[in-house]
Amino acid sequence: MTQLALVIDLNVCVGCHACVTNCKEWNTSGMAGPLSDFNPYGADPTGTFLNRVQTFEVGTFPNTETVHFPKSCLHCEEPPCVPVCPTGASYKRKEDGIVLVDYDKCIGCKYCSWACPYGVREIDEKQKVMKKCTLCVDRIYDMGLPEKERKPACVLACPTSARLFGDVHDPESAVSVAIRESSGYPLMPEWGTKPSNHYLPRRKTQLRIHDDELVRADNPLKKERLLPKPDKSEPSLDDVTSW
Amino acid sequence: MHPAFSVIFLTTLIGVGQGLFLALYTGQVYALFHVLSAQGDRQFYAVGSMIALAFLIAGLVSSFFHLGHPERAWRSAAQWRTSWLSREVIVLPGFMACVFGYGVAHYFGWNVPLFTLGETLQVDLIMLIGAAGTLLCFALFVSTGMIYACLRFLQEWHTPLTVINFILLGGASGFALAAGYAALAAPALTGFYAKWALIITVLAFVSRSASLVRNHKLKPKSTLQSAIGIRHNVIAQKSQGFMGGSFNTREFFHGKSAAMLRSVKWLFIALTFGLPFVFLTWGLSSSNPGLLLMAFFVQYAGLIAERWFFFAQANHPQNLYYQTVS
Repeated sequence: MTQLALVIDLNVCVGCHACVTNCKEWNTSGMAGPLSDFNPYGADPTGTFLNRVQTFEVGTFPNTETVHFPKSCLHCEEPPCVPVCPTGASYKRKEDGIVLVDYDKCIGCKYCSWACPYGVREIDEKQKVMKKCTLCVDRIYDMGLPEKERKPACVLACPTSARLFGDVHDPESAVSVAIRESSGYPLMPEWGTKPSNHYLPRRKTQLRIHDDELVRADNPLKKERLLPKPDKSEPSLDDVTSW
Repeated sequence: MHPAFSVIFLTTLIGVGQGLFLALYTGQVYALFHVLSAQGDRQFYAVGSMIALAFLIAGLVSSFFHLGHPERAWRSAAQWRTSWLSREVIVLPGFMACVFGYGVAHYFGWNVPLFTLGETLQVDLIMLIGAAGTLLCFALFVSTGMIYACLRFLQEWHTPLTVINFILLGGASGFALAAGYAALAAPALTGFYAKWALIITVLAFVSRSASLVRNHKLKPKSTLQSAIGIRHNVIAQKSQGFMGGSFNTREFFHGKSAAMLRSVKWLFIALTFGLPFVFLTWGLSSSNPGLLLMAFFVQYAGLIAERWFFFAQANHPQNLYYQTVS
């Protein structure tokens, strides 16, 4: 059984919001659109987004670390938003595990957003239906696109490759390997929603430098041996030698 | 959570309708067993049912204001297997039909005994419709309560007390209305309804206080640590990803100060339990319809405050992600 998901590497996310911008751009004109904005240039702008990047500071100054934290629908394996929907508009696809909203069935009661602990469902205030990340379902199966572009818009936009996309149920997939090898974790595991999207933790970067990396041990001319040169003020060979 | 007045009116209005119907039917059953000698006439029950129906319809109309697409509301009966909201959508019209049928049956006096239970208990069509209505009435209370109680991470709601409170508060307001109505239309029944209204109001006070105490002691299961998966005691949000508002900042927070929340709490305790208790006892001793009706109106105003507080107090874990604008 396939379960498509995103794996987000917090170690390399720099918080540039490229994924947010590209997500909005692709989806506002795609099947989830229009993701309406209100008052975009005014004092109190608001709008519908399927993806947000938030920033947290961990620790106490001066020992702090900034964590940029992208968040979109986690496509839970036990999605609490699906069973509460009274119309069946909110559903999880059997074939690939993507959680979607049928905008023609949604009555805009907002109950599914109450049932999501992650706050990743947003109602479109203009269309009055619930919107959420579709994993760019209209891109990833589009045979008209070159294969390397059949990925969610956010993944394609990420300049640091912080976002991986694939089948987390396939143990050989890049996402499964990343989760396994970099200790990927789900959010709020206490509610048993089993999110499919995983996050890779920040890692300490360490560099060990060995002596032979500073001195070219295999240099046949042994050029380094000529250095350092003795100081000019030091007695020269002429000074210490009596002829 | 952000308290939506459409839902506040929906839950309180149908609660009154349900309670009033239960009051009418209870009175009738008491009379059947000869516990209660005085019975109102047919007209009393027929008009009473229509008042209950009017409250139910008002609640239903109010619920439509909560929907983005009310014209598709008919779709919401589809998922009765999993969704309590869907179950409520099915049970509410069923219950309304029973209340309507109960009133009509009284009006036309369809009380020819159909069969006899035991020695003396003669069962007629009115009793049967009433029994079905009572079942659906409790099914509706449970459905409405479970819409909130089934959301496990809204810890303030995720308790059987939510359902019990809906039943007792709806019952209290319905019996209070029945007492006022009886004082005007069937004075012999006033005492019966008013005494029950008092008893249920006290019970509701106990169970609502229990939920207030419980919620006061709650410890949030989700923390910023589990929300972003970082094990550190000091985490502060520096940016929530946008500088304006969004659905997430409006829908899940009441936007009022803690002091306002506290005052609404004391207000609803006084209006829902304290003052109605005084008015009911006073009205009971003086048999004054005005005082009994006053008890109902004060209690209903209290229930609006109570439901507002019920929503505002619930703290959604998604708020952890939306704490700082910059």
